[in-house]
This record gives sequence, C-alpha cells and structure tokens, in this order.
Amino acid sequence: MTTQANPFPGGIHPAYRKDLTSGCESQPMPVPKLLVIPLSQHLGAPAKVLVKKGDAVKAGQLIAEPGGFISAAVHASSSGKVTAIGPVELPNGQMGDAVTIETDGAHEWARMEPISDPLAADPKVLVERVKAAGIVGMGGATFPTHVKLTPPADSPVDWVLLNGAECEPYLTADHRVMVERAERIAQGVKLVRHVMGVSRVSVGIEGNKPDAIEALRRALGDAAEVVELPVKYPQGSEKQLIYAITGRRVPPKKLPSFVGVTVFNVATVAAIADAVIDGTPLVERVVTVTGSGVNRPGNFRVPVGTRVTDLMEFAGGYREDAAQLILGGPMMGRAAASDNVPIIKGVGGVLVLATPDLKDLEYGACIRCGRCLRACPNAQNPMLLGQLIEKGLFSRIDEEKLRELVLDDCFECGSCTFVCPNRRPLVQFFQMAKGYYRSQQKRKG
Amino acid sequence: MEPRSFTVAYAPHVHDGSSARRIMWTVFLALVPAAAVSIYAFGLDALRVLALSTALCVAMEWAALLIMKRDPKACLDGSAALTGFLLGLTLPSGLSNGIIVVGAFVAIIVAKQVFGGLGHNPFNPALTSRVFLLIAFPKQLTTWPVPRGLEEIKEYMGLAVTRTTDAVTSATPLGAIKEHAQKAMPNIQLNDLFFGVHTPGSIGEISALALLVGAAFLLYKRIITWHIPVATLVTVAVLGGLTHLANPGKYADPVFHLFAGGLFIGAFFMATDYVTAPVWPLGKIIYGFGIGLLTMVIRLWGGYPEGISFAILLMNAVTPLLDRYTVPTPFGSRAASAKAAPEKAAHEKAAHEKAAPEKAGGES
Repeated sequence: MTTQANPFPGGIHPAYRKDLTSGCESQPMPVPKLLVIPLSQHLGAPAKVLVKKGDAVKAGQLIAEPGGFISAAVHASSSGKVTAIGPVELPNGQMGDAVTIETDGAHEWARMEPISDPLAADPKVLVERVKAAGIVGMGGATFPTHVKLTPPADSPVDWVLLNGAECEPYLTADHRVMVERAERIAQGVKLVRHVMGVSRVSVGIEGNKPDAIEALRRALGDAAEVVELPVKYPQGSEKQLIYAITGRRVPPKKLPSFVGVTVFNVATVAAIADAVIDGTPLVERVVTVTGSGVNRPGNFRVPVGTRVTDLMEFAGGYREDAAQLILGGPMMGRAAASDNVPIIKGVGGVLVLATPDLKDLEYGACIRCGRCLRACPNAQNPMLLGQLIEKGLFSRIDEEKLRELVLDDCFECGSCTFVCPNRRPLVQFFQMAKGYYRSQQKRKG
Repeated sequence: MEPRSFTVAYAPHVHDGSSARRIMWTVFLALVPAAAVSIYAFGLDALRVLALSTALCVAMEWAALLIMKRDPKACLDGSAALTGFLLGLTLPSGLSNGIIVVGAFVAIIVAKQVFGGLGHNPFNPALTSRVFLLIAFPKQLTTWPVPRGLEEIKEYMGLAVTRTTDAVTSATPLGAIKEHAQKAMPNIQLNDLFFGVHTPGSIGEISALALLVGAAFLLYKRIITWHIPVATLVTVAVLGGLTHLANPGKYADPVFHLFAGGLFIGAFFMATDYVTAPVWPLGKIIYGFGIGLLTMVIRLWGGYPEGISFAILLMNAVTPLLDRYTVPTPFGSRAASAKAAPEKAAHEKAAHEKAAPEKAGGES
C-alpha cells in the first residue's frame, strides 16, 4: 500500500541521532525504592488525591481520581507505603503535589477486571475503563484520552490517526513500542474503532523506521493503513500529521475534530489495549535514555514516578562531561536543573548532552535572512513576531493584531530557533509573549 | 546515586550550526572570483581600492561600536567587511584614497550605524555610499581606467579614449551606448562583457562569468534564493527586448543589457542583501521586477548610463510595504475561511475552551 503523504510547509532536518538507541530493545526497569507520583501528569485539572500518608498501596491501585472533566486518574506504579504527599519539582519545571511511595519490593498488583469480549461491549464501558486507567496522550501533550474518545456530537470524527512519526531527534521510545508491541497496538486500534465508530484508521510513521512500518503493517492487516511519512521535523506535530495523511488542514486556533480527525499516539493506543484487555492502568512507559552524556544509551520500561536519578543509575549513569539534562527530545524537551524529578506519563526521553554539545546562548539582531519563515511548519512569521517581542512592543501594540500574526497557533516546535543564524531565542520570545497575554487575561478576569 | 544538577537552557537544545558570521563570509567568498578578475584586469590599483575599502569599513564599524559602548569585537562579524568589499567592487579602480575614506564613512556610519547597526539599516550601506560618492564626486566616480592590454582596447572601444596623467580611461560599454547609441555597438563584443578582462567599468562588475560563478555558489549554499535575481534579470531582458524590437537603431539588444554594467553584481549580490530586501517569495519577485524596471528606465531614458544602484535603493524603500502586503496565508487559514461555519465554530469553542491543548507538538 503506497499512500503519498502531503508535505506541510517548512520543516527542518536536524541530525536525528536515533541510531544510538533505535536497535535497543526496551528493558524492564526494576521498581526503585522511591516513587514520586505527581497528581498532575496531564493537561487539565490536577487529580484529587485519595490516599494519605502511611497508607499501604498496591501496584495499579487508584491513588487519585480525575479532578474535573479534563483531568486523569493516577495510580500507584508499585506496592508500598505512602510516605509523603506534597509539592515536588515536576518535569515541566513547575512545582506540583505528588504522592511519594516507599516501595516494598513485592510489586503486588491490584489490577482492574479485564473486560471480556470488549468489541461486543458498550463503547461507554470502554471509555469509562480508559478514564479509570488514567490514560493520557503519551506523545508529550498528555491530553486525557477518554475525553478524546468522546468527541462532541456536532464534530463527528470519521478518521482516526495514529501518530508514530516520532520526529524528535534522538527519541526511539515510540519506535520500540511499535516494533515490540505491534500486536497490542493492533488490538488497541480495534478498540478505538469500536468506541468511536469510525471505519478509517491510518498510522503515520516516518520513513526512517522501516521495521516499525513493517511490523505494524503485518499486525494491523485491514484494520488500518500504514502511511510512510517523509522524514522531516515536525512531522509528528498534530496538524502537520493530519495534513500529511488526510490532506485536511486544521485552521489556526481549531482542534483536529474541526476537520473530523482525532490523533492518538501509538503508545497511547497500546495503553488502551492494556487497560481493557488486561485491566492494567497506565503505570509504566517506555523511556529513551540517550545523548552524548550517558554511558549506555538504551530504551527502558520505566514505572511512572521513577526519579530520573534512579533511572540513570540503572541505565548506566552519566559520563563525566555530562552537562545538560533534557526531559523529552532536543527540539521541544525541557532542560531540568536537577535529575531529582520523576518520570511521568508524558516523558518519553531523557537526553543528556555533554559539554561540547551545549548550545551557544549568545544571540544577535535579526538580519532578516528569512530562514525562520521557510522553516516554520505553520507558515507563520517568527521573524516579525520575534522582533516585536524582543523590543517589548508586544505590550504596546494591539493584542488582536499580534494574535493575527497567530502567536496562538505556534506550538513551539523550535524550527525557527534551530535555523536562526544569529541564534535568536525565538521560541522563548513567543513563550514570554504568551505568558504576558495569559497574565493580562487573568487580570481582566 | 545522589541527585545532581545541570545547566539549564531554553529549547531547542540543538542548532543547525549556521551563523550570521559564516553567511557574511560566504558571500565575501562568492565575490572573490569577481575581485580576482578585476585585479587581473586593472592591476594592483583594484586590489588597493578593495583592500582599503574593506579595511576602512571594518575600522569604522569598530570605532562606531566603541563609541556606542557596544562590543567592538562585533566589527569582525563579517558584515562590515562585506559592506566594504561590496563598496570597493562598485568603484572605479583609479579612485583616490581620500574618496574611499569618505565612502567607508558614509557606508558604515551614515547608512548603517546611525540606523542601529546590523539588521536595522533600511538602505543597502554599500550602495548608499556609492550613490553618495557618485553625486558628490561625479567626475572621479565616472573615470574608468581601461584594463590592461591597452593597444587592443583603443581599437576595441574606438572612441572616447582620453589620456590622463598615467592611466588611460574610457567609457564603460553602457556609457558608450548612452552617448553614441547603436554606433558603439559593433565595437562591443559580448565575449568581453562575459569574461570582463577587457571591459572598462567598476571593479566588480566587469566579468559576468566571475559573478555568475559566485552567484551559483550562493544559490547552491542557499544563502540567497532565486526570486530576486531572476525577477530582475527577466524584467531587464523583457524590457530590453521590447525596446530593441521597437527601435533597434536606438536601443541595444537585451543580451547586451543583461551582461553590461552592474546588473549581475546588483541583482545577485546587492538586491539580495537580507536586511534591505523583502522576505516573502511574492515580495521578492515584485521587488526584483521593480529593480529591473527602474534600472531599464534609467538606462534607456535617464541621465545616467547605469541605473542599478538607484533602482535597488529606491526599491529598498518599498521593502517594508512589500513585507507587509505579501505575507503568505498561515497553514490552514484558507481552510478556515472555506469552511467558515460560524455556529459550529462557536459550539466548538464552548466545548473545547478549557480543553484547548497548548502544546500540539509531539502528540496530543
């Protein structure tokens, strides 16, 4: 089956460096002594904690329930005793409450009942299960999956996409899931088709993962078509992926359901199957540990809540010149000040860069070379936006005007900053302006 | 293992390795063939003008940065050197040192630093300076030494040869055409315009071949895009062709117009200056068209034999307007207007207001 993917505008070709780990089968990581499980591992309201200090918990036990419509449940990743509930540093750099569990090493499970013959079950039951399993988008945006499974009645979804692009350099976690769990993904696809009542499912995978394409084609059969995507960053961004596969363009400030599409990460779909077929909630994920600053790059199945410190110890530790710790990929990942942060549901990579790979942070004036304009996958105007924001003009010019330049639609892929010859921190400028407008809106009430 | 701390920085954490400095020096390098041909043709005088102009521009930049308490090391970022080199390439080889000092001052101080330095100047500094000099020192700026191979040259031009103190000067091909119309044509060989070693003119403009080699290099390196030069050259060729067809006795043919004068150095190296040119493809094409049009208007009916410098400067003034009105549609915007279902949009907004993922990258 050859489907020609539509090229989105712009895009870049960073050094992918995926060969460091793409052949590394995911190894199970033993449960560490300490688990730090944040209540906010998803987009939306934090979960409401159900346990208290001193409680004994089992693996898979619900420890916090969704705190609102857009929220997700949180489970204990192993058995042990709750030793603390309080604020910790989260991978996104903010502080948030977490349940700290001292594990007992027994890893005693408390799974949910498997749903027998799920394809005959009421879709509502399956959605409830996904909600109860605390499943969120595992590609990084962590949107609660049960909400996505039930699109509003007036935005009917007729095409479901699976995102296996994994366009971030270095990361191979999704790649390994696709190769190792192709059957599980196929089961998940059937469940999603049943729940959403769609007939058309496509999987988009960048052409640099031929083994994943092969494995999924074999496992999926007629359940979904597999589309080989050109290798171009950010191919895995939602709107770019939708255009590549369906030819539909999601307008600025609109969600995919506007064009009748919903996108799930491949690992998310496997997690749906785990929850329905085995009754296992989302308490473990594959994480790529890689970069010039680690001794042994590899892929690991990590219990949610494992501190990066412990993961790194198991994964072989840092090299002596390790200088920067990035949670996620090099394009959109966040540099952490310390490795005392937990792996959460949306973190698919731990990238450690050695001193010589550190980026030069000095930047100069815009020379109007236009590279950012050609790199922007949204065909926006990072050049002008960057200049306005740098000069502080964003607080003086009409907010509507600036939004016309579609600051809202920038998803901070970093392509503009990647190609800027004067190393202007454009993404950071945009984040600044977005923060400013958010605070303005709050003040307005 | 104990927790440890790390250096933090903003994303993205990788970079393509490009730098403004490298771009500037790449353009510099692309101009070296043209400079080499001119040194071969005009001798050490050409080297003197180029070296002096380049060095003075860097020195002026250094002084300006120092006075303004900015980092004076930035004078070596290649932009001042490139301005100086380009300025030198637009000057005649016999120019006196004093005029070059004035030229460097106008280029760096007046046209660039006064406006805020790199990235902020509305007009191309090298061309601003050249046009200033042309107006301030019209005689010196139009005294064109004849390249080596003097005896051939006398026959070659066959006109307007005047003997000054130690150098022989002559009209440029465009000057000859301006003055003598088609009578000069039989004396001008396309060959000479192409290779340039026998043609009088500004240091950098004489060899079309050398300039095309440099331009091909810049296109290959993706430092420039095709839009501006192609639009300029096509406009010149079309206008040259039309006027030639209308009155072959009065107007030169389009091939002559393409290869004569400063068209190539202007279209490939000056009009493509990042800071002063439009950024969007459509804007670039309109800009190139405007440059070609104005160049031909000046060449055919204006007071000067060559008009590319004026044309580029005039179009520089239009750049902000072009940038503003040629912005392409953001990805998906057309779909929005085509599918404008207001009630649906309103409903969706209500349903997803809180849900709107702020981060669509990776996955959602």
